[in-house]
Amino acid sequence: MFDDYSPIYRQIAERIKADIMSGALAEDTQVMSTNEYAATYRINPATAAKGLRELLDEGILYKRRGIGMFVSPDARSRLRGDHRGRFFTDVVDPMIKEARTIGIPLTDVVDHIHKAETGENS
Amino acid sequence: MSFGIEVENLSLDYGDTRALDDMSFTIPSGTIVGLLGRNGSGKTSLVSVLAAFRRGSSGEVRVDGQDPFENAEIMANTCLIREGGDVADNERVSSVIDFAARHRLNWDAALADRLLDRFKLPRKKRVKSLSRGMRSALGVVLGMASRAPLTIFDEVHLGMDAPSRYAFYEELLNDYLEHPRTVILSTHLIEEVASLFEDVLIIDHGGVVMHEPTEDVRERGVAITGPIEAVDRFCEGMTVLNRQQLGGSGQVTTFGTMTDDRRREAKAAGLELGPVPLQDLFVHLTKDKEDRS
Repeated sequence: MFDDYSPIYRQIAERIKADIMSGALAEDTQVMSTNEYAATYRINPATAAKGLRELLDEGILYKRRGIGMFVSPDARSRLRGDHRGRFFTDVVDPMIKEARTIGIPLTDVVDHIHKAETGENS
Repeated sequence: MSFGIEVENLSLDYGDTRALDDMSFTIPSGTIVGLLGRNGSGKTSLVSVLAAFRRGSSGEVRVDGQDPFENAEIMANTCLIREGGDVADNERVSSVIDFAARHRLNWDAALADRLLDRFKLPRKKRVKSLSRGMRSALGVVLGMASRAPLTIFDEVHLGMDAPSRYAFYEELLNDYLEHPRTVILSTHLIEEVASLFEDVLIIDHGGVVMHEPTEDVRERGVAITGPIEAVDRFCEGMTVLNRQQLGGSGQVTTFGTMTDDRRREAKAAGLELGPVPLQDLFVHLTKDKEDRS
């Protein structure tokens, strides 16, 4: 389920974020409880709680007293906005670097992207 | 109910040999703690003192605020399961279970029954005819079903095969979620059980090397890979646990907080940052001085 090395609470937080962005976790739906996360992923409940607390602090989740935690109404658009902001540095720049390393001219990359836009790639 | 533990300046001598050397730590009530240490580091001596099997030579131990030694109430609520289970060879499995049921205050007979079935322990067989793994599993059943506010498993998994060990971890976690209590688990199989630990207590040569939340330890271990001069330059002033060089490139394992600025700095220098398995951190932290590279 998780890689064994990086902090598990982070991996939990990242997974929930990914589910929110993809729409698998809709806004205003309840997320699993700390104990449910602990039992499902076989981790200490304190670890699960830390992951959820991080999302609460970021405002991605909100708490309804006595019921549990829910996805914030603006969570999806906020997360998508964050990722859009990092898209060029996190995804495009490494791709350019890789293309250069293996000797693919950037014009070929641009052509490929143009074809994707016009549907010729598929 | 769940017991917290406070240890202050605890030392234990066996004649001329110092087994525990001025240990101090606090275990909050209701946590699962991984007790990690090399062979001969003092793990078994430490848990023997915590469970009042022996008394420390100096220093203080308090379990639920009291000295546990010859303290009937604390001892009745503390369950230490050592390798082999401390059970009489000639008894049958069923009578070992009956004995525990009579003496353990919080004994859960239904849980014991279910676990006996899950580990396929033959109730009518005598303990001496059990395999090593089966004997360990019997120890697990005794420790789990006791539901003691302080439960300690010392290398209890020895001889158990992987499916049985995973069954143990699963049962322990699920039962802990329903009945939170203080659990200390000493083990050499760090990686397979680490996700259960809230904190790790690493000891070596009878002293405490580290006592921190498992996730903090994981977060602080960073492997830095890249051209060796760039790696060395980046790691200057950091705590280096290990350094490996392969031609012009190399990897250094560091231990310390890495800020986002430092991460960006590494990326800009063409270095790759990666996580380090807890087991590797443990190995580096408890390496003999002469083994250090």
